[in-house]
Amino acid sequence: MNHDFSRLPELIERHGRSPESLIMILQEIQREYRYLPCEALMQTAEALGVPLSRVFSAATFYNVFSLNPKGEKVIRVCVGTACHIRGAKLIQDQLENFLNIKAGNTSEDMKYTLEVVACVGACAMAPVVTVNEKYHGSVNPGRVKKLLKDK
Amino acid sequence: MSIGTPQQLEQLHHECSAARDRFQKRVIVCCGTGCLANGAAAIVGAFQKALREREINGFTVEAVKETGCHGFCEQGPLVVIEPQGTFYTRVKPKDVAGIIDKSIAENQVIETLLYKNPVTQTRIERYPDVPFFSHQQRIALRNLGKIAANDIREYVAVGGYQALAKALTTMTPDQIIKDITTSGLRGRGGAGFSTGKKWRTCASVKDERRYVICNGDEGDPGAFMDRSIMEGDPHSVLEGMMICAYAVGSQQGYIYVREEYPLAVIHLQKAIDDCEREGLLGDNILGTGFSFRIRIARGAGAFVCGESSALMKSVAGEVGEPRAKYIRSVIKGLFDKPTVLNNVETFANVPIIISNGADWYKSIGVPNSTGTKAFSLVGKVKNTGLIEVPMGITLREIIYDIGGGIINDRPFKAVQTGGPSGGCLPESKLDLQVDFDSLTAAGSMMGSGGMIVMDDRTCIVDVAKYFLEFLVSESCGKCVPCREGLYQLHRIVTRVTEGNATEEDLARAEKLSEAIVTGSLCGLGQSGANPFLSTIRYFRDEYLVHIREKRCPAGVCKPLIRYEINDKCTGCMACITACAYTAITGKKKQIHVLDQDKCTKCGACFAVCTYQAIDVI
Repeated sequence: MNHDFSRLPELIERHGRSPESLIMILQEIQREYRYLPCEALMQTAEALGVPLSRVFSAATFYNVFSLNPKGEKVIRVCVGTACHIRGAKLIQDQLENFLNIKAGNTSEDMKYTLEVVACVGACAMAPVVTVNEKYHGSVNPGRVKKLLKDK
Repeated sequence: MSIGTPQQLEQLHHECSAARDRFQKRVIVCCGTGCLANGAAAIVGAFQKALREREINGFTVEAVKETGCHGFCEQGPLVVIEPQGTFYTRVKPKDVAGIIDKSIAENQVIETLLYKNPVTQTRIERYPDVPFFSHQQRIALRNLGKIAANDIREYVAVGGYQALAKALTTMTPDQIIKDITTSGLRGRGGAGFSTGKKWRTCASVKDERRYVICNGDEGDPGAFMDRSIMEGDPHSVLEGMMICAYAVGSQQGYIYVREEYPLAVIHLQKAIDDCEREGLLGDNILGTGFSFRIRIARGAGAFVCGESSALMKSVAGEVGEPRAKYIRSVIKGLFDKPTVLNNVETFANVPIIISNGADWYKSIGVPNSTGTKAFSLVGKVKNTGLIEVPMGITLREIIYDIGGGIINDRPFKAVQTGGPSGGCLPESKLDLQVDFDSLTAAGSMMGSGGMIVMDDRTCIVDVAKYFLEFLVSESCGKCVPCREGLYQLHRIVTRVTEGNATEEDLARAEKLSEAIVTGSLCGLGQSGANPFLSTIRYFRDEYLVHIREKRCPAGVCKPLIRYEINDKCTGCMACITACAYTAITGKKKQIHVLDQDKCTKCGACFAVCTYQAIDVI
C-alpha cells in the first residue's frame, strides 16, 4: 500500500518525543492510516530513540492496534456479558455470514472490517453493534441486514 | 472570569445558580451513550430549532440542557420538563412540537409518552415516582441527568468545587485523610481497600514527587458506571482528584481512560481545559499555593491494564504487564514514585464527603461497607440501566423492586456480579445483603459493579466458558499459571458444553483452579478461576446434566441441541427471512420445514418466532 508519510513527523511531535508518548503516538498513527504501517513504526522508533522491538511489542500487545489495513466500515460486535446473555453470538454469526468474513478480518474489497470487542459500555441496550463508532442498540437478527446498509 | 480566590468561586456560584433560576421551565434531554444511540441528538436538534424564542406563553424557557446519563437507558431517549419533573420516555423528533405546545405552554401531560409501569400497567408522570428511581439513593451519580455535562458553570451552580475550596482553605491534608478514613469509603474499583488508608500510606512516604491516578479503564464486560460518570459529570471526578492531590501532596495527576470510551475523553478534556482556563487547575489554585495538573492517558484496549501495576506501565508508554507487588504502588508506583490510584466512582464520592462530613457518609449503608454503590443492572431484567443504592440492600430488592423482575416473567436463575473475576449467585442467595464482605463470603465479589441477571434460558456452563474465553484472550501471558492454566481450564469447560467431558475432568478442573488462584502474579490470574469455581459451587447439577445426559437444559450449548418447527407454525415467513443459511423452507401460511443438515443452530429462527413454533430439543 502506498501512503503519504509527510504528516508523520507532525503526528509524532504532537505528544512530545519521549518514550512515554509511545502509545499516544501509535494511536495518532492508527487514526490517520486506520492501521499501523511498518514504515511509520520504524520512524516512530527512531524519533523516540527506542528499539523497534519495543514499538512492535506495544503495537501487538494492545487490541486496538492493527498491523493490517482496515476496511472503510469497521463493524464491531460487542460481546460483553450483557450482550452475550442477550444473544451477541447470534448477531456475530449473522454478520460473518452476510459479509462472508470471519470476525477479525477485512473483506477483500476493503469495504468492511468485522471485529468483536469485549464491552463498549452500553450494556443496557444489549446486544450492541457499532458501525464506525455509531452505536446500534437492541440489535435483533431481523435488523442485521439493514444495519449494514445504514450510512 | 478566572477564579482566583474562594470568594470569587462563591460569587460565581451565586451568579450561575441565579442564571439557572431565571428560567421557569427547563427542557432536559439525556445525552448519555444509550440515549444518543436511540436518537437523542435529533431530539436536541428539534428542540433547539423550535425553542429559539425563549418565551412561551409567558414562561421563560431554557432551550435544552444536554445532560449525562440518567441511567434508564433502555427507555431512551429521555426528556424531562423541570420544574414539574415530567418524565417522557422513548421520545421521537415528531413528539417535540407536541411537548412544547402542551407540556411547556399549557402545563399538560402527554399520556402516551409517559413511562408505563410493567407490573401495574399504570402510567407514571414524574421521574421520582418511577420505581426504577424511587428505590435509589444517588451520591456518586448525584449530578447525572441534572446538569449539562459539558458546562463548568452548571457544575459550579450546583455547588461544584465548594468542597475543594473548603479543603484547601479550612482543612489540613491530615484532616482530609482523617475524614476520608472515618467516612469508611472503600475503593469502588472492586477490591474495596480503605481509601483513607491508601492515601495515608502514600502521604507518609518521603519523596519529592508523587502521583494521583484515576482508573477509568473499566474493562469488566457488563459494567458502565464509570463511563457514565466520566461522560456525565467529569468535574466531580476532577474535584475528587484535586482534593486527593492536596491531601497526599501531589502536583501531577493522570486519568487513564479506556479506548472504547471516546466521548468520556472528549468531556474530560473539556472539563480539564475549562478548569485550567478558570484557574482551578494549574499553579496556586484558589490563591492557596496549591498547584496541580491533570493529563489524560488513553488506553488501547487491554483488560489487564485495569490492574494497577499494569495500568502504570501503560501510562508510562510501555506494554501493560503487571509486576509482582511485594512493594505496593502507593510506595513505588508510576515512574517508581509513590502513587495513589483510585477508580472514577471513588473520586466522585470524595467531594461530597468533604462537603457533608464523614459522619453523614458513615450513616449510609452498613458498618463495614458505608455509603452507596453504583451498579449497572443488565441482562434478562425488565428495567436495565445504571443504578445507585445504599450498601446493605438485598439482591432481591435490586432485581425485583428496581429492575422490575425478569423479562417475560421467566424464572430467575442467577445473578453475576463482579465481572470476569466475580461469580454467579443462585436464587437461594437473593436475600443476601449487597456489601463488600457478604458478596465475597458468598463466593462472588463487588467488583466494579456489573450486575448481570440471568433467566432459565441462560446456560451456566456457557457463562463460565464465556468468561474463561475472555480471560484467556486478555491474559497478558507474563506468568505461567494464568497463561497456561486458564487455557486448560477453558478447554475442560468447553468439553463440557460439547458433551465430551467426564466427571474426572471436573475434579481435574477444580485442582487446576487452585493452582491458578495461588500461583498467578496479579489479580487477573488470582481471580481467573472464579467463573468456574463459583458456577460449580452453586450449579454442579447443571454441569452434571451436560456430562451424564449430554443435554443442555437451557438450550444454549450448540453441540447438544437441535431446533425443530412444531405445528404452532402459522407460515409467517419470519424465520425464513432470518435464517442466514437457507435451512428453512416453506410457503406463506403453510408450516415451514427445517433442514437439520443445513442448520447451524444459530438460533435466529427461535429469536424471531412470535408463535412459539420453534422448539429447542
